[in-house]
Amino acid sequence: MLLYVLRRLLTAIPTLFVIVTLAFFLIRVAPGGPFNQERGLSPEIKANLEAEYGLNDPLWLQYGHYLKNLSHGDFGPSYNLPDFTVGELFARGLPISIQLGASALVLALLLGCLLGTVAALNQNRWGDYAVIALATAGSTIPTFVIAPIIQLVFGLSWKLLPVGGWGGGAMLNKIGPVLTLALPQIAIVARLMRGSMIEALRSHHIRTARALGLSDWSVVVRHALRGAILPIVSFTGPAAAALLTGSIIVETIFAIPGVGRYFVDAALNRDYTLVMGTVVVIAIFTIVFNLIVDIMYAVVDPRVRYD
Amino acid sequence: MLKTMLKATVFAATLAVSAGAFHAPAFADTVYNRGSAAEPESLDPHKTSTIYEADILRDLFQGLVMQDAKANVVPGAAESWTVSDDGTVYTFKLRKDGVWSDGSPVTAEDFVYSFRRLEDPATGAEYASMLYPIKGAEDANTKKGKLEDMGVKAIDDHTLEITLNAPTPYFLEMLTHQANYPVNKASIEKLGADWIKPGKLVSNGAYTLAEWVPNDHIKLVKNPKFWAADTVKLDTVNYITTEDRSSAMKRFEAGELDSYNDLPTEQLADLKAKFGDKIHIGPYLGTFYFAIKTDKAPWDNVDLRNAISMAIDRDFLAEKVWQNSMLPGYSMVPPGIEGYTPSMAKFADMAQIDREDEATKILSKLGYGPDKPLKMQIRYNTSENNKNTAVAIQEQLKPLGVDVSLINTDTKTHYAFLEQKGDYDLARAGWIADYKDPETFLGISRAASGNNYSRYNSPKFEEAMNKAAADGGQPEKRMKDLADAEQIMIDDVGNIPLLYYSYKDIVSPKLHGFVDNVMDVHPSRFISKD
Amino acid sequence: MTDAAVDNEPAANVVVGRSLWGDAWARLKANRAAMFSLFYLGLMALVCIAGPWFVPHDYTTIYSDYVRTPPSTEAYPKADMVKGALDDVLKRMRVDLKDWKLEDGRATITVAGTRPIDERYLRYVDRSDTFDDARMEAKSPDGLEMTFSAAVKQQYFLFGTDNVGRDLLSRTLVAGRISLAIGLLAGVVAVTIGVVYGATAGFLGGKVDEVMMRIVDVLYSLPFIFFVIMLVVFFGRNFVLMFLAVGAVLWLDMARIVRGQALSIRRHEYVQAAEALGVRQSGILKRHVIPNLLGPVVIYMTLLVPHVIILESFLSFLGLGVQEPMTSWGVLISVGAHNIGSANWMLLFPAFFLVSTLFALNFVGDGLRDALDPKDR
Repeated sequence: MLLYVLRRLLTAIPTLFVIVTLAFFLIRVAPGGPFNQERGLSPEIKANLEAEYGLNDPLWLQYGHYLKNLSHGDFGPSYNLPDFTVGELFARGLPISIQLGASALVLALLLGCLLGTVAALNQNRWGDYAVIALATAGSTIPTFVIAPIIQLVFGLSWKLLPVGGWGGGAMLNKIGPVLTLALPQIAIVARLMRGSMIEALRSHHIRTARALGLSDWSVVVRHALRGAILPIVSFTGPAAAALLTGSIIVETIFAIPGVGRYFVDAALNRDYTLVMGTVVVIAIFTIVFNLIVDIMYAVVDPRVRYD
Repeated sequence: MLKTMLKATVFAATLAVSAGAFHAPAFADTVYNRGSAAEPESLDPHKTSTIYEADILRDLFQGLVMQDAKANVVPGAAESWTVSDDGTVYTFKLRKDGVWSDGSPVTAEDFVYSFRRLEDPATGAEYASMLYPIKGAEDANTKKGKLEDMGVKAIDDHTLEITLNAPTPYFLEMLTHQANYPVNKASIEKLGADWIKPGKLVSNGAYTLAEWVPNDHIKLVKNPKFWAADTVKLDTVNYITTEDRSSAMKRFEAGELDSYNDLPTEQLADLKAKFGDKIHIGPYLGTFYFAIKTDKAPWDNVDLRNAISMAIDRDFLAEKVWQNSMLPGYSMVPPGIEGYTPSMAKFADMAQIDREDEATKILSKLGYGPDKPLKMQIRYNTSENNKNTAVAIQEQLKPLGVDVSLINTDTKTHYAFLEQKGDYDLARAGWIADYKDPETFLGISRAASGNNYSRYNSPKFEEAMNKAAADGGQPEKRMKDLADAEQIMIDDVGNIPLLYYSYKDIVSPKLHGFVDNVMDVHPSRFISKD
Repeated sequence: MTDAAVDNEPAANVVVGRSLWGDAWARLKANRAAMFSLFYLGLMALVCIAGPWFVPHDYTTIYSDYVRTPPSTEAYPKADMVKGALDDVLKRMRVDLKDWKLEDGRATITVAGTRPIDERYLRYVDRSDTFDDARMEAKSPDGLEMTFSAAVKQQYFLFGTDNVGRDLLSRTLVAGRISLAIGLLAGVVAVTIGVVYGATAGFLGGKVDEVMMRIVDVLYSLPFIFFVIMLVVFFGRNFVLMFLAVGAVLWLDMARIVRGQALSIRRHEYVQAAEALGVRQSGILKRHVIPNLLGPVVIYMTLLVPHVIILESFLSFLGLGVQEPMTSWGVLISVGAHNIGSANWMLLFPAFFLVSTLFALNFVGDGLRDALDPKDR
């Protein structure tokens, strides 16, 4: 097992390298640069700016510089927020996105598994239908619709939550964003759980347990859960990577200073260094979480072997 | 009886007075939560380019001259100044009690250092052109001359002498721009790029920088060393970035924001109904226009350009698309600059029906009509209102036989395209005044300007502009020269102005000292809160 | 002597057995939710494709008098709106109102001006969305006063209008065309690329398979939002390229699933038996591999389409969706979301269409999965 993990980590490095290279050239080939805006700059001033950032060097040279800096963890200053380095922006924003994403993930897993199990145990009866309906609604209503509704209802009408802002991490400020993030995921987890639980409940050893007189719930918890949880584990990998890196919609609407916005804004603003930062971060998260998922697979299902 | 009444009255009066005394200002800080629609790019005055930085820097720093609550030029770090007879030499006397937040005095040398830093090509300042009127500044910035040769000299610690290329009546206005604020040399040399960090930023204005959480908030606290600190009523100003306009409205309603500097205009009617006079809308020095490619057929025909300009129903755009948050515009320079009367298009007085008839006549004379449509492409950058404007124009021009196609790209792509002189027919653009003078609006139509997207090149226009510059010493004559130049450009349809901008603010009634003005400038030091 | 054949068609013809597909179809038919959803989808497609021809409004026509009007089953203009529209028209004509009355759907109006009133100005009246068929009735000799009449045009805006004054019903239907088209086409693109790629990797196996899957892993780790934005920025807002972009990003999952299936099918006993029997590769592909692959592919595709439509609505929210004047449910909903609280109809109608369609797609997908699931037998 250990060898397997090490091998995976080693192959991650060339993967990262390819990704960084791809992103580097892709963003620079896009039309427009970081200094194009409504109030256009005179050619001389633009030349000054580009010289300062080394944008006049040939592309290969810039690439080399970038790699050299990257090797000691220096992502460079952000183009559009030059008072901060990319590293600083992530150091401040990533913990916030992670907090919200992790809470949403935990909520989604717990509630989703619960609802999915309830549905499976009541298959084709109204409990099942209710859960399916709720789950589908959660995954089909876009987050940019859910968020303002939460703001309107909980913030303005019932005055239970603040409408926006991070509030330095106050609990109340987190509830709206976490709910918005979690709802679609709860839906997906519930459906996955329902499907795999139904399958698991049909297997032979469950029938035996039931024949022996065990109650439904203890059957579920002690026997079915282990087998049913596998698809959820594999779903969690990419889902975690996506959630923990923040959502631009939630962060824009609730005015949360996370890193989710950078993924879109940096590309739209051609903020070269910030784009590279986001690419590297998401690549690392995806690789790490996929690895964790594969390990969890082996832990949960003893039939799975890695060699 | 009388005595009892008298006693009662005295007693009541005493009660009233003492009750009033208990309404004395609370010991708690007065905090102003100032909503802002975008994050500032930088707090280094030499690296800024948008109004979002301007607002914050105006609170942190003091230039030679500043703007008051009504956006009029008032003394700042300089308490007085004199201008030489020929108008080219300005001598500023700095306040003796002006100090930086670290206690060191503000000297003329600070301004020399700051102005040189602005023009230094290595700084890469976007607004370096703000000081081009100074002798040698443009040369230094374009690497044709040396920084030391700039016309800025410190006569002594508190006397600064500035020499200009030519008399420039709007020079003092330009000095209020944030790029011209002083920066602290010792701090920059010691801390390098970290000098702008909260807690370290040395500023000479009413506030100092306490916190900056990117995309969350910027906290300014009152600077006790500021020379007018006793007139500053707000203890803390929080600039809170909320990009989503609709979300900002909800936050204002919930009381999380005391003011916000933009409004979702498509909801304006509903907002006005809900918030009443908390909504502040008024003329702002900015023009929304379409650049039209004057060097490409068929747009090189001035009659055709005129026809298109006439056919567009600006009243509909202003009233319906922008919900009266913009005004119909027929000149390049918006109204509101004292001493200047903008030159309007000749058809401004015609009824829309007449304009359309005229336009149809021109189009059919040139051979266009519903069976031989004129093909036109409109480019615009992503924004709800830009989109609605372009769509409305598309509909308006259809019955005249103009076939409009729309191309929407994101802002960077849009301006990169225009700057690289890409091929287009009409492109949306906007221009906001950097300082209160018509020059800023007309300069972009000069052949050499990088913002001349229309590629308008008229020797007559250049001549008129040069004449205006030469008459710099006679402000009234100069204004007339500029108006003549504008008339030339408007008659030539070098650009198609459509609308004048408005400032759009929503302000809580608890704030006082927030005075509406055409520059939308509201320094926090003049504001107080209940 | 060969034993019972690989497929279960019995030799006797008394009992007619069912093929795999027959089995599945029967199961699907029994699933009421799925059948109803299938019917609903068909209906939705029909309504969106043919509906706009029956709605009296064009989806691009701007009604300047009816910017942001709420939906109503009664005709517009409402009684209290006529005066306001009249004031607007008179302002354009630059005249003052002296008197007016409304009778039998026709308004008679007397106006006075400081300059002789040109009859051509009645065109403003015709241009108004509220009035039609303007006729001059009388004019004073000096031309400063005029009486004219106009019919009050009745219009229905069942879904209300949007921020520019366009009828929301026709826009919602046309948007449906685009959204469904994007969903279907992007789904087809993703499936095609994914199946070809995955099947190749699964069949060839070995080193080729490893390399191909590594490439998939690398692409997976790219932040796909960034990638989609790059595609949109590069190729402009071309509708065709939009669904190509979305499809190109989503084929990865499909490839993985197909590859997994292909790998496992290769090892199934019936394939090995067929090989031992000497059945040719093409025959194996036709009879065993493809039917077994199709199941998961079809299921995944019906679940992919909602994903595509949601992705498209996300891009619209960012301002990167389809170009004006075309529209999609994503565009309508993102505009509607911004107007929650002040113009709820702009959100509710397109959202209902979108959500119900996605619901139906999900139920069909679930139904297909239940029907084709081999373990269920």
